[in-house]
Amino acid sequence: MKQVILAAHFPGVNNTTVWSDPQAGSQIEFASFERFARTAERGFFDFFFLAEGLRLREQRGRIHDLDVVGRPDNLTVLGGLAAVTTHLGLTGTVNSTFNEPYDLARRLATLDHLSEGRAGWNVVTSWDAFTGENFRRGGYLDRADRYSRAEEVLHTVRELWDTWDADEIVADRAAGRFTRHDYPGAFVHKGRHVDIEGHFAVPRSPQGRPLIIQAGDSDQGRDFAARSADAIFSRHGTLESGKAFYADVKGRMAAYGRRPEELKILPASTFVLGDSEADAHERAHHVRRQQVSPQTAILLLEQLWNKDLSDLDPEGPLPPFDPVLDDDTIIKGRAGMYPDRIATANEWRAIAQERKLGIRDLIIEVTGRQTFIGTPQAVAATLNEFVQSDAADGFILVPHVVPGGLDEFVDTVVPLLQERGVLRTEYTTTTLRGHLGLAS
Amino acid sequence: MSELHLAVALDGAGWHPDAWRDPGARPAELFTPAYWLSLVREAERGGLDFVTIEDSFNITGRADRVQGRLDALLIAARIAPVTTGIGLVPTIGVTDTEPFHVSTQLATLDYLSRGRAGWRAQVSHRPEAADLLSEAADHVEVVRRLWDSWEDDAVIRDAPTGRFIDRDKLHYVDFTGRHFSVRGPSITPRPPQGQPIVTALAHGPEAFEFAAAAADVVYVVDPAHAAAVRSLTDRPVKVFGDIVVFLGEHSEIESDAHVFAGSPQQLADLLLEWRDAGLDGFRLRPGVLPGDLTAIVDGLLPVLRERGAFRREYTATTLRGHLGLPRPASRYARAEVSA
Repeated sequence: MKQVILAAHFPGVNNTTVWSDPQAGSQIEFASFERFARTAERGFFDFFFLAEGLRLREQRGRIHDLDVVGRPDNLTVLGGLAAVTTHLGLTGTVNSTFNEPYDLARRLATLDHLSEGRAGWNVVTSWDAFTGENFRRGGYLDRADRYSRAEEVLHTVRELWDTWDADEIVADRAAGRFTRHDYPGAFVHKGRHVDIEGHFAVPRSPQGRPLIIQAGDSDQGRDFAARSADAIFSRHGTLESGKAFYADVKGRMAAYGRRPEELKILPASTFVLGDSEADAHERAHHVRRQQVSPQTAILLLEQLWNKDLSDLDPEGPLPPFDPVLDDDTIIKGRAGMYPDRIATANEWRAIAQERKLGIRDLIIEVTGRQTFIGTPQAVAATLNEFVQSDAADGFILVPHVVPGGLDEFVDTVVPLLQERGVLRTEYTTTTLRGHLGLAS
Repeated sequence: MSELHLAVALDGAGWHPDAWRDPGARPAELFTPAYWLSLVREAERGGLDFVTIEDSFNITGRADRVQGRLDALLIAARIAPVTTGIGLVPTIGVTDTEPFHVSTQLATLDYLSRGRAGWRAQVSHRPEAADLLSEAADHVEVVRRLWDSWEDDAVIRDAPTGRFIDRDKLHYVDFTGRHFSVRGPSITPRPPQGQPIVTALAHGPEAFEFAAAAADVVYVVDPAHAAAVRSLTDRPVKVFGDIVVFLGEHSEIESDAHVFAGSPQQLADLLLEWRDAGLDGFRLRPGVLPGDLTAIVDGLLPVLRERGAFRREYTATTLRGHLGLPRPASRYARAEVSA
């Protein structure tokens, strides 16, 4: 039986993170990260994950103030978490557009040393000039080039990681020889996006190559994952679409000489638990109302309509006019979510009309509904079904409250997965690659 | 008689090129977290103000010396949650790095350490080049502006209006210089110290202006330089002597800093003499690790304490507190008040 891989996503800066809940704690104090990571390790999760954003979001030209705002530097937090966890993998997004490969390679290799083999990197590429305004090079990258930049940066980073042999350091006092070679770490990379040469300064890390994660769902993103990634975060939350995605991505791997088990598919998943099905659904609805305040409902509607709708009544009807089709979106700092605005608007209108929903209730219905809702028994059974029927290899779970949002899952669902024999009852490996059954 | 401030500079196996061959050295462990944690805990046991951690993008290219190093900021991050008193001051270059990243990295270290973060801002390649020093000054200016870009009370969590932040308390930094421009605001809320401590070398007169303008702690090689550095700024600046220290077997090395070899008593004499000549404290670079570090803690510090020149235990919880430097208000909050 396949094992269920579990990753824990520290709740981020979307409206799905409920800061108004009485249980909600700090989003930035280290104690929150520590508490969340320790809970994941208590539940024998494979790894912890932190997302990134390098410019505060703006909507209608003003800093977005309704959701959680403020994040740390990811690798720095992961370095701290290495001190207060012992087995949990430590992964985060680091942007490949606004970081140079040499620095990425040395920081990630350092994290792998300092965590003794638990580091992982979600490779993300942004191209927007909006984010570029915070960096030396500005918005230099064309959207069309973003995957070629990401591939070349990743390729270069791996070249750098491979420059030191595992047995390079001999530290032979008597012979006066610290390294086997006079000048280890030599590299030359001359490519379209990266042109560097020199000597890499970090000795080979415990995993050799930290885990590589990819999160794009486009055709190019799937190819990138099939060719280069160890894990992929998907958005396919139903059994059928999950199976289709799984078959498609794993089917692409043979062309790159890789076996299907060398890439782990992990849908991003939310969950609400309850004592009964009805209780769980009631709690899920309560959470959705917390996630979509009246103000947030209007804001999310504006993201589809691409227009200032601040004078609409959140309990009133949808706008009679169509969305504005313009490349210049009113929200900045977030990837585009609606490829066909008119079609989506028509779908929303149909749902609103059929079920007689005002704006807020409609937004609650059509955005961000939880993936798994039910009793712990039902959720454990469903998670296992997804994995055994090849709709997923595991899940990246995204709780809605910091820092305690994982507690209930770990206390109730984890033991049921362990009973089924699909989740470890102790860590038997020490590295992140080891946990996932991937070669070092 | 004022108390001294004391820091220790950690680098590989120590500052002597052959330090890794010392019988007490642990050359096979230089890239493990346990090695760095044990060194910092040793310094913390002595109640030192802070440790600096060296960094560089280069390696020596000599098989008879230590080659390779870990990122200094991440070493500090790894240590922060499991220490409680000592300041953590990693070296980060200002020549090739992004001010935006450096700002959030150090702010995050300040959260991890609950207010014990600092930075040794390192000018790369040719420290004497005027252009690099001007870029360095811009870099530190942007980093400080980004730390200030969130006012302390910007997070409001106001459920009735649905607002998590008061966005009027977040500020664009809008820096435009010859080398880069940065819009802001930071992605990271204002760190516990407001601004972590910035430190910089001023080993020669050409760097005095940059160090005086940019740093809270300036390292000089001659006590006579202290007055010159102070004269260049009206900010409160602590001037430290930078000294390579051999307390065990005497060793000769060439260094950019003053080199001391002798007994703890003799070192205490030198430090107090230099203090009287105008220094606030010292950054001691142990020649051999952990030997000279342990000799500082168990040999030098008791002598200084006997002479009333060093604290017996920490009396503050932040690095600013150890140094007696006040927590600065955000410049943007001030601007608002005066307007």
